[in-house]
Amino acid sequence: MSGQQDTSPVFDIEFRDVSVRYDHLPALEHVSFGIPHGSFWGIIGPNGSGKSTLVKTALGLLRPYHGSVRTLGYDPADLGPRRARLGYVPQYATLDFTFPLEVIDVVTMGLYGQIGIFRRITGAHRARAFEALERVQMQDFAQRQISMLSGGQRQRVLIARALAVNPALLILDEPTAALDHSSSEGLYEWINDLHRASGMTIVLVTHDIGVVSEYVDSVACLNRTLVAHGRPVDVLHTPTLENMYGCGAVLFGHGEVPHMVVRKEQARE
Amino acid sequence: MSELLSHTFMQRALIEAILIGGVCAVIGVYVVLNGLSFIGAGISHSTFAGVAFGLLLGVDPLITAMLFSTLVALSIGWVSERTDLKHDTSVGIFFAATMALGVLLIGFLKDTYVDVYSYLFGNILALTATDMWLSLAMTAIVLAVVLALFKEFLALSFDAEVASVMGLPVRVLHYLLLALIALTVVLSVKAVGVVLVSALIVTPAAAAHQLTVRFNRMMLLSIVIGVGSSVGGLLLSYWVDVPSGAGIVLIATMAFFLSWLLSPRRRARHQAASVPPTAA
Repeated sequence: MSGQQDTSPVFDIEFRDVSVRYDHLPALEHVSFGIPHGSFWGIIGPNGSGKSTLVKTALGLLRPYHGSVRTLGYDPADLGPRRARLGYVPQYATLDFTFPLEVIDVVTMGLYGQIGIFRRITGAHRARAFEALERVQMQDFAQRQISMLSGGQRQRVLIARALAVNPALLILDEPTAALDHSSSEGLYEWINDLHRASGMTIVLVTHDIGVVSEYVDSVACLNRTLVAHGRPVDVLHTPTLENMYGCGAVLFGHGEVPHMVVRKEQARE
Repeated sequence: MSELLSHTFMQRALIEAILIGGVCAVIGVYVVLNGLSFIGAGISHSTFAGVAFGLLLGVDPLITAMLFSTLVALSIGWVSERTDLKHDTSVGIFFAATMALGVLLIGFLKDTYVDVYSYLFGNILALTATDMWLSLAMTAIVLAVVLALFKEFLALSFDAEVASVMGLPVRVLHYLLLALIALTVVLSVKAVGVVLVSALIVTPAAAAHQLTVRFNRMMLLSIVIGVGSSVGGLLLSYWVDVPSGAGIVLIATMAFFLSWLLSPRRRARHQAASVPPTAA
């Protein structure tokens, strides 16, 4: 089970027949896929479809009870110092923004794993955190208290924290959940630019099918099992979505990628 | 004041007040920010059973209390991690069970005179030299661990999940924090008592949280309020002859309400709420 050595793996995330239970309930069943290095993936699915479970499993926060997971070519439990090549942006609603911290403190936290336990933060670390803030155009807010930020700004700060280590793989879990439509679109565009400029592998979890499919190379549709995955244009057709959302849906064209319209009232998404 | 300090018991009490006021305030910051206030109360009540074990076995109650409370702290963490029980349910069960165990054990001590009241509510004026040295040693241990793992505890408190992704030993840190809470409770128990010690941990930190939005400043203010309350409570206990634990906790509580009134954050929120919608 040594995995590949330090050569760049073909897949940055690879699931082989993975099943995961969450709170004793099956959350993912027999999921297999591979996310190639340098690609931009969207993972979509309705609420409770196992999207976050999938991300947490890839990050080693949850252990599968069946199948094997490789992240950056290694078992997530054995990543060790390679964890510094992971950037993770969790759903920000889970965080307490009344916490007494300034923006720069939060971004510097992204480096704690690299700095190492018992070691002190130096000026060089703060400079790197500041650079990450510049990448998300938040450098003017470095000394701002995090409770004073808008939803979009908070999200950018969390992205800067993930970028501080210059990750090879960036995973964002529902980054637009608290944003309005135009801010969401702006953020997606920004992430797309980041992907083009840096070439880092980006995995974007969302239930926002229409918008995300304009940007990603590939999309995985999840509803406890992997319903479909591949290029958005191939994947996002009616039977897939019906399978996923359990409702009648029709798609209409918009450029290359179709958008979904839910036909029946019982659809909740 | 100099006449006051001419008494050995008063010198000891003053050193003890500064020690416990400071160390409770430091640990309190993590307790408040991690939402562990009720766990703190659970651990402090379990100390009573630990004390009772010591009295029954003829060992220094602080030693048995330290072992027992650490065990309870780790068990509370383990039970909430491994079972479907909610955090407050598992604490609620331990809380009452350990208190009952303490009362049961004290009941076996029919022949010996035990000042149960001073363990429940504290008496900072009745400390022995050994008590003070033990407190000093335990304070040094708690502060050394906090200082060494300052940024790790900060990351754990703000975002344990991302801390774990970065490779920080989040579970170890969480259990270590619970153990530090237990140590802090035990070293303060003779001065403020098992019933009141959790207030000395939570209240100064909560007051400091009202006054600042910066972590280091919250830590500093918490220490100032904690030490101020415990020294104030000690003087109150000396001059007015009230139980020291009660005096300390009530002064800390007054500091909390004052901080709440002066809180820039609360006032900013209040002003924001009163701005008419047209001006927004």
